[in-house]
Amino acid sequence: MNEHSTNEKKNPEKEALATSLSRKRYWQNNLKYLGVLLGIWFLCSFGAGILFKDTLNEIRVGGFKLGFWFAQQGAIYIFTFIIIAYIVLMNRLDKKYDVQDD
Amino acid sequence: MSVQTWTYIIVGFTFLIYIGIAIWSRAGSTKEFYVAGGGVSPLANGMATAADWMSAASFISMAGLISFMGYDGGVYLMGWTGGYVLLALLLAPYLRKFGKFTVPDFIGDRYYSQAARTVAIVAALIVSFTYVAGQMRGVGVVFSRFLEVDINTGVIIGMALVFIYAVLGGMKGITYTQVAQYCILIFAFMVPAIFISIQLTGNPIPQFGFGDTLVNSDVYLLDKLDQLSTELGFTAYTLGQKSTVDVFCITAALMLGTAGLPHVIVRFFTVPRVKDARTSAGYALAFIAILYTTAPSIAAFARVNLIETVSNKEYSSMPEWFSKWETTGLIAFNDKNNDGKIQYVKDASINELHIDRDIIVLANPEIAKLPNWVIALVAAGALAAALSTAAGLLLVISASVSHDLLKKQLMPNISEKGELIAARISAACAVVVAGYFGIHPPGFVAAVVALAFGLAAASFFPAIILGIFYKRMNKEGAISGMVIGLLSMILYIMVFKFNFLGETTSEDWFLGISPEGFGTIAMLINVVVAVVVANFTAEPPKEVTDMVEEIRYPKGASKEIIMH
Repeated sequence: MNEHSTNEKKNPEKEALATSLSRKRYWQNNLKYLGVLLGIWFLCSFGAGILFKDTLNEIRVGGFKLGFWFAQQGAIYIFTFIIIAYIVLMNRLDKKYDVQDD
Repeated sequence: MSVQTWTYIIVGFTFLIYIGIAIWSRAGSTKEFYVAGGGVSPLANGMATAADWMSAASFISMAGLISFMGYDGGVYLMGWTGGYVLLALLLAPYLRKFGKFTVPDFIGDRYYSQAARTVAIVAALIVSFTYVAGQMRGVGVVFSRFLEVDINTGVIIGMALVFIYAVLGGMKGITYTQVAQYCILIFAFMVPAIFISIQLTGNPIPQFGFGDTLVNSDVYLLDKLDQLSTELGFTAYTLGQKSTVDVFCITAALMLGTAGLPHVIVRFFTVPRVKDARTSAGYALAFIAILYTTAPSIAAFARVNLIETVSNKEYSSMPEWFSKWETTGLIAFNDKNNDGKIQYVKDASINELHIDRDIIVLANPEIAKLPNWVIALVAAGALAAALSTAAGLLLVISASVSHDLLKKQLMPNISEKGELIAARISAACAVVVAGYFGIHPPGFVAAVVALAFGLAAASFFPAIILGIFYKRMNKEGAISGMVIGLLSMILYIMVFKFNFLGETTSEDWFLGISPEGFGTIAMLINVVVAVVVANFTAEPPKEVTDMVEEIRYPKGASKEIIMH
């Protein structure tokens, strides 16, 4: 961050380019997080709860058949964790690329 | 004390709280009226979003539906929660950075077109009105059952109450009322669930009791339920009977619809920073998850209780709640073989018992013989759920009219004061229209509430997502996508739900997809049309792509808050 501020005085054009490059990287990172998190979102709801539920129902945890559990409870817990993970990851990313809102 | 007295005390007390909050948090500017001044804390916003979102349908009907649907009930559970993942990851932060008042605002600016704004206004009004009509009816039903007044009187009491805090307080009043309403509704939902879980399984946490063994036996609750269901000719509770493709599409339509509902999206405009928009989406889902993971437990408990209480028992030996609900017509017994016993089976020619799904949550405390104050508490919770959602929807309607239609299109020179008055008048008119639909419910209300999601999925969701993630999307693409998506959804509903072109059965459905699930297909049609049209028409102007670039970075959201 320090080197940015020194650059700013000397070469505004270079600084603008650096900002746009770092913003591009920020956005790509963001898209990567989205891909991974939405992948998990899809796998545990549409995957475990619907498409593969018959197979998963063969597995039992306590009184639950696993596919049924995913459809009626498990997916909801995982959704909540996905959002929490997203909040943590993005707050860190905002700081790293200095685009956080103050 | 009797249930009646308890109900008057508890419901009266909660109403005093709501009115007190409304007076304390009166809105003084349009910014306070539309987005509560943009300064709500993420925690409060999360609670308000949860209350806004959880309607009479979530509180009263959902557990009942699941109880009768078994595994298939998962479409509601996953659908109505999974949408929050989309909201939090794909919509909330960017819309907050964009920083305007309403969804049509975003669509109108992003697609640099009054026509796009108008399409969005029409879609917002269709979705909100179909949804609010169901809520007002719900308010009336709860009042009539628990205060023993006429349904219409019930609707009018509800109207008066919503009028006070929506018209006076705007978003600011609604937000803080909804925080109180969330606390009341979740408490009211959890207390009977915990009691019943302890009674049936000895486990005080309903989410775990659901998978536990029954008291004094080593049979698991769900196994018992599967066995009881199959014995009576129903499908096993944990298997369900909808086709996989339909379950898939309904779940997706409910998720996409949830993420596209204007009264939910607008809540993310009310927090100060982009970071807070993300956080409050997290809080909202966590608060919602408490109810949504309890509902399937209640559904299973109630199903076991119900079958064991009524199946093959003497009609004369039925408990008091049975006859009480019989007088409302929501339970009906017809002794076809005159043996004095209740045959409750799948086969319609032998079955002697009709049970309305909506009584499961309301009658639950009585079925489990809980104290009278719990029954009154459930009434207060159901009212909180219905009223909070109705208020949120009324605000969307009023903002669509006063801000998007008047200020942005018809009378751009209107003063701040004039706009605020217009907002109040349109909120008041919306209350009256909603009340009218509550008193004279169009026959299709119940059918259409679920379809409001399909409509939201088919119109808003793609336009917003493409607007944020696809810079090349232009106004021609977005408008044609929204119009064709919306029309194909409406057409499918007309043909297969209201038999517009002659009788249809589920065999005629496109690829076996029910009207409830068609929102997913309509959404895809919207996206395909939008992308194709956009690539054959002019690129969007540079200032628009610059704006899209800008909303991707949180920095600066708190400074440039909405100055019109």
